[in-house]
Amino acid sequence: MPKHIAFIMDGNRRYAKSRSIKQGTGHSVGFAALMASLIYCYEMGVKYITVYAFSIDNFKRDPSEVKTLMELMEEKINELLENKNVINKVNCKINFWGILDMLPEPVRLAAQKLMASTAENTGLVFSVCMPYNSTSEIANAVTELCKERRDMMQGQQASGRNGRPANGGACSDISVSDLDRHMYTAGCPDPDIVIRTSGETRLSNFLLWQTTFSHLQNPDPLWPEFSWRHLVWAILQYQRAYPYIEQNKDLAKKQL
Amino acid sequence: RQRDTPPRDPNPMLLSQSPAATHPQLPTSSSRRTRRSAQPCPRGAAAESLLPRGLRPESLPRHVAVVMDGNSRWARARGMPPAFGHEAGRRALVETVRLSRAWGIRALTAFAFSHENWSRPKAEVDFLMGLFERVIHDSVAEFLRDGIRLRVIGDCSRLPASLRRTARDAEEATRDNSQLDLTLAISYSGRRDIVQACRSLAQKVRGELLRPEDIDESLFAGELETSRGSELPCPDLLIRTSGELRLSNFLLWQSAYSELFFTDTLWPDFGEADYLEALCSFQSRDRRFGRRNS
Repeated sequence: MPKHIAFIMDGNRRYAKSRSIKQGTGHSVGFAALMASLIYCYEMGVKYITVYAFSIDNFKRDPSEVKTLMELMEEKINELLENKNVINKVNCKINFWGILDMLPEPVRLAAQKLMASTAENTGLVFSVCMPYNSTSEIANAVTELCKERRDMMQGQQASGRNGRPANGGACSDISVSDLDRHMYTAGCPDPDIVIRTSGETRLSNFLLWQTTFSHLQNPDPLWPEFSWRHLVWAILQYQRAYPYIEQNKDLAKKQL
Repeated sequence: RQRDTPPRDPNPMLLSQSPAATHPQLPTSSSRRTRRSAQPCPRGAAAESLLPRGLRPESLPRHVAVVMDGNSRWARARGMPPAFGHEAGRRALVETVRLSRAWGIRALTAFAFSHENWSRPKAEVDFLMGLFERVIHDSVAEFLRDGIRLRVIGDCSRLPASLRRTARDAEEATRDNSQLDLTLAISYSGRRDIVQACRSLAQKVRGELLRPEDIDESLFAGELETSRGSELPCPDLLIRTSGELRLSNFLLWQSAYSELFFTDTLWPDFGEADYLEALCSFQSRDRRFGRRNS
């Protein structure tokens, strides 16, 4: 059984268009599909779910659509804060990964409140990437690591020569695990499966660092149509490829 | 075109068959993708510098990347050792380079040997190192004639010295060519590329040439191996053969917006028809880069 599934929830707008309903309603139906998928995953034993809710690139969209999306997110986050049925059912810990400062203040505050109120939960770990880009996550991790190394070096210089070799500032020993530590996903296992709905076959700057050995799937259904049977099918495909995936992961770890 | 279905191997070799490629009943993503193609692609020999009907020059990818997977499986299906598959793979790459140049694709990056491949049996690794050296050395004249600029990326510290020398000489000799940029990734790993870029920036911070706060995405991207001396570091289309549905530590950062094309065809069988299929699929895609079209 996969431990971690990541979803690129693509197709809300196309769904709305095909049913001649408003775009905003398409996103709402998408949200309902998300809550349902959370519960299915939990019941099947998947421990980590990560979703690509809003990309930093999406800010380039029409301002009215961005506004609709932000309002929807604020509404849904507040719903989750008030009515904790779903959260309690799966004992959910919720993370928001991304540059939260880019969000309008009410959304950001609601998100921070939801993170704080679920921080002690030990069940399903549900991570929402918004607003997120993998390249900005990586660049941010690099910046943080450089700052850390600089501070270590300055700290050693400040404390004076005390006979110990000053290799805290050495850069040649920077490793994959050093960068891992500074990613938003630190402490979380890499996704086993990445599912992008609506048939598109690209990652669109989502978890590039973390998905290098993930099983990539691009089922045709639009996100609001994604249901239990699609999820089961996705897991079955993963399980068939599993022995081979694990073999490659082990080899990769040996070479790191 | 024959579909290879090798028998189940109780001791699967590295990069062995994928169950998805051999199961008779369930649809694979490749067959689904073929059904969904916008229009059937015309088959037929491509004349030099003429695009086959159906391909529009303005919507071709400028940079194509290929993960050349399946040589060993292809050889095993014929009861031959991996070296036989790698030689066939070399021929497929030569053909892909020729077609890319003929169809006006500006850059081609081929994943020849990943960092994880060092775990393969020594005999196979030695053979591959020898093959790369021989191929690069023997191709220089052709590259000069056809205007192909060669670059080799990857952790060269583990390569035999003679291969390193041959690669550097070939890069130097073809430096001024401009018809096609061919990049061979040998001993390459996307994560390691990111780590070396990080080390390089950390070194600059240490030397006070840079502050951490100055580091942004484009500064970082400039430190990646693929950015050195290249105008097109990011592939528009990434093709992976042999049915494996993952990136396997190839161009991580660089494939953020790449269209991915997966095919069950094993690399040695990848030819003009498969390449056309990938390009037609690319043409039919709606690349939004996070925005909307309407």
